[in-house]
Amino acid sequence: MDDPMALIELRRIVKTYRIADMDVPVLKGVSLRIESGELVALMGSSGSGKSTLMNILGCLDRPTSGEYWFDHKEIARLPADERALLRNRCMGFVFQSFNLLPRASALENVTMPLSYAAHYISDREARQRASEMLRRVGLKDRMEHEPSQLSGGQQQRVAIARALINRPPVLFADEPTGNLDSHTSNEVLQMFEELNREDGITIILVTHDAAVARHARRVIRIADGLIVDSDTESSLQSAEGK
Amino acid sequence: MKIHRILRTALQALRRNPMRAMLTTLGIVIGVGAVIAMMEIGNGSSAAVQKSIASMGANTILVLPGTAASGGISFGFGTSVTLTPQDYEAIVRECPAVVSAAPVVRARTQVVYGNRNWVPNTIEGATPSFQQVRNWTDMADGEFFSNRDVLNANKVCVLGQTIVRELFQGESPVGKEIRIKNISFRVVGVLASKGANMMGMDQDDIVLAPWTTIKYRVTGSMLTSNNQSSSSSSTSNSSTSTSVNTLNTLYPGQQSLYPAQSTTQAADNPISVRFTYIDQILANAASTAEIPSAIRQITATLRERHHLRDGEDDDFNIRDMTEMTRMLTSTTHLMTNLLLCVALISLLVGGVGIMNIMLVSVTERTREIGLRMAVGARARDILRQFLVESVVLCLVGGGVGIVLGHGGSYLVQMLLHWPVQNSPGAIAAAVIVSASVGVVFGYYPAWRASRLDPIDALRYE
Ligand SMILES: Nc1ncnc2c1ncn2[C@@H]1O[C@H](COP(=O)(O)OP(=O)(O)OP(=O)(O)O)[C@@H](O)[C@H]1O
Ligand SMILES: [Mg+2]
Repeated sequence: MDDPMALIELRRIVKTYRIADMDVPVLKGVSLRIESGELVALMGSSGSGKSTLMNILGCLDRPTSGEYWFDHKEIARLPADERALLRNRCMGFVFQSFNLLPRASALENVTMPLSYAAHYISDREARQRASEMLRRVGLKDRMEHEPSQLSGGQQQRVAIARALINRPPVLFADEPTGNLDSHTSNEVLQMFEELNREDGITIILVTHDAAVARHARRVIRIADGLIVDSDTESSLQSAEGK
Repeated sequence: MKIHRILRTALQALRRNPMRAMLTTLGIVIGVGAVIAMMEIGNGSSAAVQKSIASMGANTILVLPGTAASGGISFGFGTSVTLTPQDYEAIVRECPAVVSAAPVVRARTQVVYGNRNWVPNTIEGATPSFQQVRNWTDMADGEFFSNRDVLNANKVCVLGQTIVRELFQGESPVGKEIRIKNISFRVVGVLASKGANMMGMDQDDIVLAPWTTIKYRVTGSMLTSNNQSSSSSSTSNSSTSTSVNTLNTLYPGQQSLYPAQSTTQAADNPISVRFTYIDQILANAASTAEIPSAIRQITATLRERHHLRDGEDDDFNIRDMTEMTRMLTSTTHLMTNLLLCVALISLLVGGVGIMNIMLVSVTERTREIGLRMAVGARARDILRQFLVESVVLCLVGGGVGIVLGHGGSYLVQMLLHWPVQNSPGAIAAAVIVSASVGVVFGYYPAWRASRLDPIDALRYE
């Protein structure tokens, strides 16, 4: 490729699981470019490998082969500690099942990634940043609540605040609205749009709901471990139309 | 990650399951409690032993005559040498490491006052320097007999508290007369109580009189009368027994007054060695460190006086307390060490309990570990977190154990009146040991946690 490198660039990513001496290929050579500031929806049928791809993108998993360039660096073969640092500093991850620490307040959940930050952040500053973040996601009067005392939408917003606390340039969200009703999921998606528009955060979200994908400016389709269609907004209408 | 934050995380994790944390740490509590209690009780008893050694005179050196068979000397007529008053004087004169010394003659017989009688453990003849040598200068009543009493073989005596209790029953004994072997002794003083020695022997069960009086009036008459209780008579040296000198009020040290035994006399009495002997010489070194040099000097002095040639064995025995001290303290040390082993085993068991629960905890919190890794925790952060958790658990257990052990030894002191002694060293050791137990037994579970793969941990059900 001649043009300057995008923020995220995947080249022929292959992921093969090995189960009982049998190779199960899940990703069969995915190549992908995502520019800084994009809001991308990743769509595909169940079992097509969306989550697998997201875990690789979010640096939680390693590809079997292929290259993953992130911000001009090949990171697929980085040692574990450097990947942890990258996750801490450059990537936020939002899970379908929220994954909050039980019996810890919303505030504690949000401050948690700061404990692993490379630079020391004082308790006071950490609290300040976390409460600021919680205010942005509309939870300023729920800071001391534990996850069990919050609704699903509120829990997901705590998770988003946690993902953003280190001000990462990229946010990954694997079916962030999968467990939410349409009203709350709309709230969450609006928040993504706002973050993308106002803070310039690159967002990649997985969904199989076309209504959700409508919030995105680009839709990447994956089927059976391969990218089948990587389109911009214009083509989205046709996708919706069918 | 800063330590206070790790600590807070660890405490939060432990607070989530306080009952389990308590039960887990019980092994450590019991182990540390046992160590502390054992150390305090053990230290207490060895301190008590040290004290009773000191009360017997830790610096005391005992010179005994050689037993007849010892030394390989043919103890035919006139050759066997025993201790004499002159030996005692020579020791005082020639041994700079000896600060005080006293000759001792012993007797064992009945003491009578009015219609009551008693057989004291110890009836000893000595000189006033006995007080310094035995470190027993306190008098409860009256005063000690004087050198003049010794010189004149006066029939005076000093009693220990036990004798006063048994014979006088509350009466003041000073000025009263008691009878020893039908000889009247005027009581001039009562010694302050010294209690039992480390062998459990009552040191207050004692009658002290001038050695000349005991020598010439009591044991002398006892043996000339030659009927009863010669077996119960003087103890340590069987070889000597008879001193035929009948009573003379002059100080026998002035040898010129006593003509040496003629050969005929000696032949009549083959066991007799010299015409005056004493049973022991007690000497006191300036300090414990001076004991070896004091022993050397006494040995040299006595060898010279007894005309022993090089290569000839000593015809006397010198004993000091260091051997006994060592023996007794080594016994208490052995006990303490054995109990410590038991306590350490229970610590080990406690540690295994910690490891077990930490493994369960790691499994339970696999998703939490995955999440922490997903937001940037490195393997070493996870390792540290679980390690700190188990160390905190152990330290809390150790702290409770210290309190319980201390309380236990306090109870033992209150209820059983055992001597105990605080042991800051044991407390420090307990803290270090419980922290180490936490590290050693927490390491494997923590390592397991840190080796998890973030994606596997997140997917764990
Ligand atoms: N850990 C694993 N071990 C073995 N096979 C796996 C593992 N994870 C996923 N797979 C397989 O990979 C395929 C893709 O799974 P993936 O979770 O990526 O699908 P998905 O696109 O996210 O589906 P959904 O929309 O239902 O979440 C599936 O067929 C699954 O069986
Ligand atoms: Mg999925």
